Amino acid sequence: MKIAVLMKRVPDTASVLKITPDNKSVDMANLKFVMSPYDEHAIEEALKIREAGKATEVIVFTVGPEGSQETIRTALAMGADRAVFVKEDPSRFNSKGIAEMLAAAVKTEGPELVFAGKQAVDDDASQVPERVAELLDLPHASIVTKFELNGRAATVEREIEGGSYTVEVPLPALFTMQKGINTPRYPTLPNIMKAKKKEIKEFSLADLGLDAAKLVSGLEVSGMSLPRANRLNKILDGDSTERVKKLLTILREEEKVL
Amino acid sequence: MKPPTVTHDLYELDQDWNDEQRAVMLQIRKFVDQEILPTINEEHNNEVLRKDLIPKIGQLGILEMLAEGSLDPVTYGIVCRELERGSSALRSIVSVQGSLVIGCIRDFASAEQKATWLTKLGTMEAIGCFGLTEPDFGSNPAGMITRAEKTSSGFVLNGSKCWITNGTQAHVAIVWAKLDGVVKGFLVPTNTPGFTAQSIKGKWSFRTSDTGMLFLSNVEVPESALMPGAKSLGAAIKTLNNARYGICWGVAGAARGCFEEARQYVIDRVQFDGKPLASHQLIQNKLAWMAAEITNMELMSKRLGELKAAGRVKPYQVSLAKMNNCRKAIEVARVCRELMGANGIHSEYHIGRRMVDLETVLTYEGTEHIHSLIVGENLTGIPAYS
Repeated sequence: MKIAVLMKRVPDTASVLKITPDNKSVDMANLKFVMSPYDEHAIEEALKIREAGKATEVIVFTVGPEGSQETIRTALAMGADRAVFVKEDPSRFNSKGIAEMLAAAVKTEGPELVFAGKQAVDDDASQVPERVAELLDLPHASIVTKFELNGRAATVEREIEGGSYTVEVPLPALFTMQKGINTPRYPTLPNIMKAKKKEIKEFSLADLGLDAAKLVSGLEVSGMSLPRANRLNKILDGDSTERVKKLLTILREEEKVL
Repeated sequence: MKPPTVTHDLYELDQDWNDEQRAVMLQIRKFVDQEILPTINEEHNNEVLRKDLIPKIGQLGILEMLAEGSLDPVTYGIVCRELERGSSALRSIVSVQGSLVIGCIRDFASAEQKATWLTKLGTMEAIGCFGLTEPDFGSNPAGMITRAEKTSSGFVLNGSKCWITNGTQAHVAIVWAKLDGVVKGFLVPTNTPGFTAQSIKGKWSFRTSDTGMLFLSNVEVPESALMPGAKSLGAAIKTLNNARYGICWGVAGAARGCFEEARQYVIDRVQFDGKPLASHQLIQNKLAWMAAEITNMELMSKRLGELKAAGRVKPYQVSLAKMNNCRKAIEVARVCRELMGANGIHSEYHIGRRMVDLETVLTYEGTEHIHSLIVGENLTGIPAYS
């Protein structure tokens, strides 16, 4: 049984982001990239299943520009067996196009299980895995906090507001992983060295029979801005009556909203 | 105003690494950022030894590769640099286990001894320590008092060792002792009757590290405990030289860590008419001096790594970098601490801890004076220490 893991490289959350002059995208020059942290959980879960002898192969899929190989090697160094790399600048597309590329790539391998992080931490769109499931006509469960293989099905716990619920999903199926499902391993030094020899199969859009013009959706980014810096937080002291009085004074006299 | 460069690394040394070296660098950096830095200052303040780190260090696979002899010197150097960016005490755990114990066993132990210990030491299932220094013999190990005497079944060891990193945690100790007046190396399981270890408390420095005293009182070991290749003090010195190589890289990492923290601080901190500290000439002068020194430390380390990889490294070359880099690292740490004013002495920042930990590194594995004499002898042909 093969497990496909969808992976995205994202700017390191510690980086200082800049917006491009047209205010429509993040300036990717000079950024350090890492694997989106939820995807680390997806890879870890896949590796655990393989190590338990229930899967034969873990294959990582990603769409990205030249330079994404470094993040792919991280996934291979964690223990994934090989990778499929759709070499395409994702900034030209949005979730719809990326999902179509991944779905076409995943189809070439026919996995029983498809894992992904519950969302990527750059655009937080939470769109791609569900779209892939739809395109491949697979059932899916999102925000999974516990995963158990159960013959030809998987029993999983999904996180919901204030609790969880358990669903059984027949395979093949797609699942997106939430933090807490496992602790992703660190790639060991010997595995980092071995990752060099693992296969990264590259596809272009043409190889996948896709036409860039047809992958563009109607969604257009009209503007992007950084969160306001230097927030002036103020903590009021005193008992609750005093604090309410102070708050009302501020709202009336400083902020003039009352 | 131009945005500042991302690091002090103005000569772009980090861009020279191959893909694996770069992946190793980022991996160890991530380990340090996630596992070490969030809690180490509190551990330092409370003199806490984190035993849970031992298996985690084992899982990184550094020691496994050293045990196999498959880690090239420059990659090992990068590992040391990144570990010591977190903590000198952390890097020392790896140096002792990897260079002093695994390295010594690989170089001087019998096939049987290697089979018994190398795999376990590589996973850190077993911890090792290196017992050379004694309470009264530090820079002059040839004066050691610890004795081995031949018995019908093997040897009996008597003596004590001091300032032994990993001393109380170790499962096996490499004990250097005089047999008929000649220094020999023995592999002694620490559960052998008569062997005891005691933790040295009250240190200002290396408070997160296990430093112990070893006491050997009629410790009987079989003949097979003697490492056949460790026939003289030269074997211990050769082993130390390998560890010192890692120190040269390591302290560059400690200096880097201090520099990164202080540079960000002077850019962010505003004094005098709303200007950042970094806008002042005196501050920029210090930053430029430190960038030059750190670059220098890294260039020396990298060159040593190349010499080592080519099998050409000589002890005085290692001494030159150990002497220079440890001194410069502590100077960089002190300048950084000063740039941060009162904040520089607080455990909210890492500089103070890095600075006091470097006090240990400055004198262990050969003081600056001793290394300068080794260099001096090679510059003049005249030994000044005998």
